[in-house]
Amino acid sequence: MPRVLVDVMLKPEILDPQGSAILGALSRLGFTGVHSIRQGKHFELEVSDPVDEARLRELADTLLANSVIEEFTLRVLPR
Amino acid sequence: MKIGVVTFPGSLDDRDAQRAVRLAGGEPVALWHGDEDLRGVEAVILPGGFSYGDYLRCGAIARFAPVMQSIIDRAGQGLPVLGICNGFQILCESHLLPGALTRNAHLHFRNRDQLLRVENASTEWTGAFEPDAEIVVPVKNGEGCFVAAPGELDRLEGEGRVVVRYAGGNPNGSVRDIAGICNERGNVVGLMPHPEHAVETLTGPSTDGLGFFTSVLTAAVS
Repeated sequence: MPRVLVDVMLKPEILDPQGSAILGALSRLGFTGVHSIRQGKHFELEVSDPVDEARLRELADTLLANSVIEEFTLRVLPR
Repeated sequence: MKIGVVTFPGSLDDRDAQRAVRLAGGEPVALWHGDEDLRGVEAVILPGGFSYGDYLRCGAIARFAPVMQSIIDRAGQGLPVLGICNGFQILCESHLLPGALTRNAHLHFRNRDQLLRVENASTEWTGAFEPDAEIVVPVKNGEGCFVAAPGELDRLEGEGRVVVRYAGGNPNGSVRDIAGICNERGNVVGLMPHPEHAVETLTGPSTDGLGFFTSVLTAAVS
């Protein structure tokens, strides 16, 4: 069954306080050299063959991401 | 006047909203998320809580509930709709209101009595207030930080659609201290603070919240 990966990230201009908190924790733990962290969501879908990528994009845009604050990338994995 | 209060799986404040409607002189009608029938109500309240466990994004799944399809259609025809906290998040996810609610900038859940300024006293839900009235109602949220594109914010401000603004400190980092907004017509209002928790002195910090519920009753009569 084909697998599809969707990554959803906050748009660059939207504040990501969770990413900032993780960055703060890293520096307290002594991990240096990290300048920025943005946290997002990762979805793995198993879909019917043949893959209708336009329909999948519509799916992601309708539910998985809120286009007001987020953007997504979509990859169909080679079998 | 019949005012519907929707219960989603995970709603918390539906009973308090029904009680506020009753104290204001209206007749609360329980509406169920899975039922498209609005049961003849003349206004609808989307209450606070954690619909569908806040999974995916707050309000993202509730927005597609059968009852919401009816509410979205009727809101476009002028049905008064008030979204409180999670209800505000659902209205933004439904695109009945612009912008979005995101994680509080300081990452903490905030629960306190909050001073607000009513900046638009001519919506269906705020007509009972004097313009620029200052009121105290509880605020309680973890994802109440209002954001919108700068152009959208300027449009909201320019059209007087910032209905309530935080005064005396911003509890969640909302841009321009925005606590609540309305649509162009003024029948759809969403706010993060909880007027339904400020309707009796025994249980609330004031009775200031009652004005939201009496407003819609007055608007229906006139």
